[in-house]
Amino acid sequence: MSGAPADRAAFRRMAVVVGACLVIALIAPLLSPYAVDASDLTLRRQAPSATHWFGTDDLGRDVLTRVLHGARVSLAIGLLAALLSSALGAAVGAVAGFAGGRIDAALMRLTDTVLAVPRLPLLMILAAILQPSIPLLIVLVAAVGWMETARVVRAETLSLVTRGFVEAASALGLSRPGILRRHLLPNVMHLVVVSATLAVGRSMLMESALSFFGVGVQPPAASWGNMLYQAQGSMTSEPWLALFPGLAIFVTALAVNLAGDRLTEPA
Amino acid sequence: MTATLRRILQAVPLLLLISILVFALIHLAPGGPLAIYLENPNVTPADLERLRRSLGLDRPLPVQYLSWLAGFVTGDWGFSFSDGRPVMTRILERLPATLELVTASLVVALLITLPTGVIAAVRRRSAVDRAIVTLTVAGISLPAFWFGLLLQLVFAVWLGWLPSSGRTSLLSSGFGDRLQHLVLPATVLALLHAAAWTRYLRSAMGQVLSQRFVLAARGRGLPERRVRYHALRNALLPFATVVLLDAAIMVSGAVVTESVFAWPGLGGLFTEALARRDYTVLMAFLMLSSTAVVVLNLVADLSYRLLDPRVRS
Repeated sequence: MSGAPADRAAFRRMAVVVGACLVIALIAPLLSPYAVDASDLTLRRQAPSATHWFGTDDLGRDVLTRVLHGARVSLAIGLLAALLSSALGAAVGAVAGFAGGRIDAALMRLTDTVLAVPRLPLLMILAAILQPSIPLLIVLVAAVGWMETARVVRAETLSLVTRGFVEAASALGLSRPGILRRHLLPNVMHLVVVSATLAVGRSMLMESALSFFGVGVQPPAASWGNMLYQAQGSMTSEPWLALFPGLAIFVTALAVNLAGDRLTEPA
Repeated sequence: MTATLRRILQAVPLLLLISILVFALIHLAPGGPLAIYLENPNVTPADLERLRRSLGLDRPLPVQYLSWLAGFVTGDWGFSFSDGRPVMTRILERLPATLELVTASLVVALLITLPTGVIAAVRRRSAVDRAIVTLTVAGISLPAFWFGLLLQLVFAVWLGWLPSSGRTSLLSSGFGDRLQHLVLPATVLALLHAAAWTRYLRSAMGQVLSQRFVLAARGRGLPERRVRYHALRNALLPFATVVLLDAAIMVSGAVVTESVFAWPGLGGLFTEALARRDYTVLMAFLMLSSTAVVVLNLVADLSYRLLDPRVRS
């Protein structure tokens, strides 16, 4: 990571939070005495207790276990979609800003077009039509999230190409792809890192919204969003079914976004 | 003047590109727009063929696109797949509820944003500022549907203070009743936007406060209140642009909130249409909301030019 020390501290904090979440998600089976799909029909719809901290659902499954396992799906989608959308946005923005002319115009029209279509409805239609598997879901979430990064990176690239060191590299005979790779991309990375951080939380919220409408992650796989989808009908009688998965989404998104906030404006 | 004209003309190709995207989205799906009938055992292949021909789906795609586009521009948005009524009728009957919700949320969001954004900018890096910023981060991290469900549970189910869903009660539909129904969904929508707007106003005002004319005003001994008033007026212009654009997004962003609170608006229509793969309604919804974004973007740009002499030159 380049940048000021405050940047680095914020980045480290985020890495710790995300790392902790990932570890919890990975060792989920060790943390919980119950299997993710183990249903005990004698213990259905139990309120939170000492044996089932987050209660049980309508099939008698342990909610805490499912929240821990759901972390795998929700985090995988949040992180990978953020990574993919930022890479895509950085590529589009850098190429547009550096190539200029028609390529720039075409890429920016594409960016404007996708940006003008409301994100969530577009994603919901895509998901309803394609009924995606989890990997395809990641691609879809990324496909509607790269535009802001592209704009920011393009603007930065445009200002970089007028700078002396780029002119010097060009005068010394470095090829244009070489300049892009060696001089431009490293200098826009800090912007990409910030937008990728913010994209993690947004992608997680997208996944949960899609799953909440039943067009995202499909049962029996547990994601925080589809647990809420299944819980919304029994909100009054078994509120814990909705409370805990939603809290998991909120807390994780909050942690990542707070880190992103410190990155944009070191305190 | 020519710059203004050029800016207006720029919106046309953008709208065309959006229409191609929307059309492609629906028609390149496996099975096409009639996919949902393929799974219905009561629909024979012959029925399907007849339906396809009567809807004009047997024509080449470019022809279909052009006739759909011509229809859309002239106000002929086709008929809903699920109940056979004109799409325009279905959308127009849902529009007032959404506008009511969006207007209420807009007002509430501004009432929250203006004081908090200004305080945060003026008291930058103080404890108050930090608290406000942290709250805004919480706001943008909040899953709208979950927040909505929680509010429903607490204020409607447990406390019984407010109705949990819908726009009016079955028996009464007076102003007070409608206002009560509006409180929870408007709160959800308002808080989500207030969080983003406060962040924006804080940084816009912060930028203005660090400019030289502010320093000059302070140097001339202008009272701090007057200085801040000047700064706020300068920050309000970019802020208004963001609010205007967000208002367009709010209409479609209300999808989640409307669905949680069974609010009979456009968002509810969208989720119904999605569940039934009602493609004519979905296409019209996407086209209209994208057009709203493009048009309001244009309005924001043009008014900016009109109001800010620095942009004009």
